[in-house]
Amino acid sequence: MVQRRKKVIIIGGGLAGLSAAMKLCERNADVVIVSFQNLKRSHSVCAQGGINAAVDAKNEGDTPEKHFYDTIKGGDFLAHQPLVRDMCHQAPAIIHLLDRIGVAFNRNEEGRLAFRRFGGTLYSRTAFAGATTGQQLVYSLDEQVRRYEHDGMVERLEWHEYLSAVIDDQGVCRGAVLQDLRTNKIFTVKGDVVILATGGPGQVYVRSTNSVVNTGAAATTAYLQGAKYGNGEFIQIHPTAIPGQDKLRLMSESARGEGGRVWVPRKAGDTRNPLKIPEAERYYFLEENYPLYGNLVPRDVASREIYEIVYNKSMGVGGEPMVYLDLTHKSEEYLQDRLGGILDIYRKFTGDDPKKIPMRIFPAVHYSMGGLWTDYERDSAGFIDHGSPRNQSTSIPGLYAAGEADYQYHGANRLGANSLLSCIYTGLMMSRAVINFSDNLNKSYEDVPSTVFEQAESQWVSRFKEIKQMDGSENPYQLHKDLGDVMMAGALIVRDNSTLEKTVASVKDIETRFKDVKCVDTNNWANPVPSFINQLHCMIELSKIITKGALLRDEFRGAHYKPEFDLQQPKNFDPYEYIDYLERKKNGEEVSIYPEGHLEYMERFEANNKKWLKSTIAEYKDNEPAISYEDIDTSILTPRPRKYD
Amino acid sequence: MNARKSVRLTVKRQSAPAAEPYWESFDIPWKPRANIISCLQDIQCRPVTAEGKDVNPIAWDCNCLEEVCGSCTMVINGKVRQACTALIDQLELPIYLEPMTKFPTQRDLQVDRSRIFENLKKVKAWVPIDGSHDQGEGPVISDQTRAQRYVLSECMSCGCCLEACPQFSLDNKFMGAATFSQVRLFNLHPTGAMHTEERLEAVMGEGGITDCGNAQVCVEVCPKNIPLTESIADIGRQTTLQTIKNIFQK
Ligand SMILES: Cc1cc2nc3c(=O)[nH]c(=O)nc-3n(C[C@H](O)[C@H](O)[C@H](O)COP(=O)(O)OP(=O)(O)OC[C@H]3O[C@@H](n4cnc5c(N)ncnc54)[C@H](O)[C@@H]3O)c2cc1C
Repeated sequence: MVQRRKKVIIIGGGLAGLSAAMKLCERNADVVIVSFQNLKRSHSVCAQGGINAAVDAKNEGDTPEKHFYDTIKGGDFLAHQPLVRDMCHQAPAIIHLLDRIGVAFNRNEEGRLAFRRFGGTLYSRTAFAGATTGQQLVYSLDEQVRRYEHDGMVERLEWHEYLSAVIDDQGVCRGAVLQDLRTNKIFTVKGDVVILATGGPGQVYVRSTNSVVNTGAAATTAYLQGAKYGNGEFIQIHPTAIPGQDKLRLMSESARGEGGRVWVPRKAGDTRNPLKIPEAERYYFLEENYPLYGNLVPRDVASREIYEIVYNKSMGVGGEPMVYLDLTHKSEEYLQDRLGGILDIYRKFTGDDPKKIPMRIFPAVHYSMGGLWTDYERDSAGFIDHGSPRNQSTSIPGLYAAGEADYQYHGANRLGANSLLSCIYTGLMMSRAVINFSDNLNKSYEDVPSTVFEQAESQWVSRFKEIKQMDGSENPYQLHKDLGDVMMAGALIVRDNSTLEKTVASVKDIETRFKDVKCVDTNNWANPVPSFINQLHCMIELSKIITKGALLRDEFRGAHYKPEFDLQQPKNFDPYEYIDYLERKKNGEEVSIYPEGHLEYMERFEANNKKWLKSTIAEYKDNEPAISYEDIDTSILTPRPRKYD
Repeated sequence: MNARKSVRLTVKRQSAPAAEPYWESFDIPWKPRANIISCLQDIQCRPVTAEGKDVNPIAWDCNCLEEVCGSCTMVINGKVRQACTALIDQLELPIYLEPMTKFPTQRDLQVDRSRIFENLKKVKAWVPIDGSHDQGEGPVISDQTRAQRYVLSECMSCGCCLEACPQFSLDNKFMGAATFSQVRLFNLHPTGAMHTEERLEAVMGEGGITDCGNAQVCVEVCPKNIPLTESIADIGRQTTLQTIKNIFQK
């Protein structure tokens, strides 16, 4: 057993990395935290709407169990249930912790936390700090980490890039290869554990709601080094974003949580000013089609409905692929207080004031449910064993993952305001796993031959040298844009196999063109180009995981919509019939008692789940993702058909 | 609405901290809804100057592209601001881009703003909690106090206020409005207030609040409309009281 303070290298200073750093310092570890930019500028600052916890502040009867049920159902039953349950039960304590560290959460009359509604639930479960919740959470956690830095327990390596893990002959991760983004020097750091809290991969699609550094390169490198990657094809498309040249900025779900209504003119091609269109001539399609959840159906459902309206029905505003998101029926004061931040963004980037005129929005790539495969351990009672070193460990011992970079909390579709929760939950929860893993190591990194580190370093030094010598005819930034176009065209909201086959081939073409890239800057100081070329390589590998996973998965689940495999749920179907059906089947009772078509549907559903209710696992073999499927733990809630109307 | 066919960007460049700066111009095809970022991205895809010379793409910092991370701060047509919210159609042509001048230039439009974060450490800009384990609900705070804190807490450490401040320079120790405003933020929190004295002491020394020349430009350039001059006045009052308290306690 190692008899000194544990040394943990955390890559990423978003919510997952910061919470892990804070908790590990509390547990007396020495922490090195690495990030492209100042931690305070991490992507998590983009989160607008809020963070979920079933505190039941409005006395609506909400409970962590209901939060658990909504999350599992929202994710179309593909998430690991014991973990999600644990997360939902920890959520209220997490919110109170965040409140204690000074997050400026909105409050009620009594000075306690206020909550709002979000998609996929009927309860007011979302705590929020104006319309910049993510920013406020990052700042407060960054401040706690700064406090430990002040006390000498944290070393910040900002302006550094993680290139790969250092893996010894036993296959154990012993540290990380980093690059100083100013001096461009490549070096290794040794540690007991490396945590990848490196966020999502939105840049694979180029224009998304994600930040510029979200290339997914760190997680992909882990995959290239042998780690398993899970559920890659599950990419969330957010229904409401603002079109832009450089980015598709998000219009948060909180706009709908605060009463925003989505509509298009009933008459296609109606060119009137939206304010002049009378109520009766507006088609509030979400409210009409989903009377129970209305504008707050889960994201996959809303994105598909908008797609249907603008493409299949050609009813987009002004003939363009856009719909209205309307808040003009609310008072300006109310909107400023509750949504000021995001409405300002809309105004700043479009010139229109959403308090006065309905916004024009369209779906955009937003979040990856998939990520690095991570483990966990449940005890005999089915609860998470928080001391187990397996929790949040990737398939490479000593390499852990947390936050958007992991894969098992959101199933096939994430509910709004659940990501900030899963980031902070994983960051905090994994600390004991990390410490116990380090304790159990029979050999410390000090005893690992120095050649292991030297080799890892020199491998990357030569890789970057090779990149700098690339002198072909392809501009890497243009090639990235082309990759984005390929992915947007083939692996978005509606998927079909013939298009996906073409997309797989087009990604291959991009891969071939990559060999002909020109390194457009060969300086040795603060040169971003070689790094970007390496990241582009990773994005191409990740596109292969996404497209191949999507091609092979012949079903419709959550964000992965293949119309060809839609099981055609009968209109008047009640999901509880399915529970009843399973019960009857088990007891050997008569099952032909259901309304016409229902039994056949339930049989289709059952057969489909048997085949596809599994995690997709990608492993890097012969330059390709080898895809296999793994069972998931559905021991608490019986998987059943989803329904939101 | 816009007859512009192309947009000229004139950029101040520098290959390393000690290198001589120089200017280069680029012509970029006009596009609807373009901003400075999308133009810089277009240059990345085709790094050729207006004179047709192949050059290195421009190095600049950016991340969120929606004005919440503070990364892409630079001087655009003489005004310090974020590049993401600088829409081309709202700017006068040609557009001049320069790095901030109050922080050491690293390369092209990239500067090193670590000083801002060092100052946050000096003033203990955090709430000193006892531990992150579950200790129940946080303190009761009125929504008015929350609203007051929220505005201050939107500070992205972008450095606009420091760039504009006549008192803040590359080679002095002045902390500047952003730091003073954070002192106010944490002194307003019931638990944060437990460190009030230490925070005030930190801004009473060299580079502290008394060095503020009251030019009031900080508040004009703040992209988040943070009431910085109010913060300065408030911290001025708090430190005066602290001085008096110190006299009586000694
Ligand atoms: C516009 C928008 C709004 C959102 N709103 C909400 C919301 O309201 N509620 C909600 O629950 N979720 C929301 N989400 C989702 C949520 O914000 C993200 O999933 C979450 O913040 C991810 O946090 P993270 O800690 O995993 O990673 P990130 O915050 O992405 O941080 C990743 C970190 O890793 C670093 N990094 C990555 N790769 C490397 C490398 N190779 N070397 C060095 N450093 C590296 C980065 O610099 C960064 O510090 C939103 C997302 C977007 C895009």
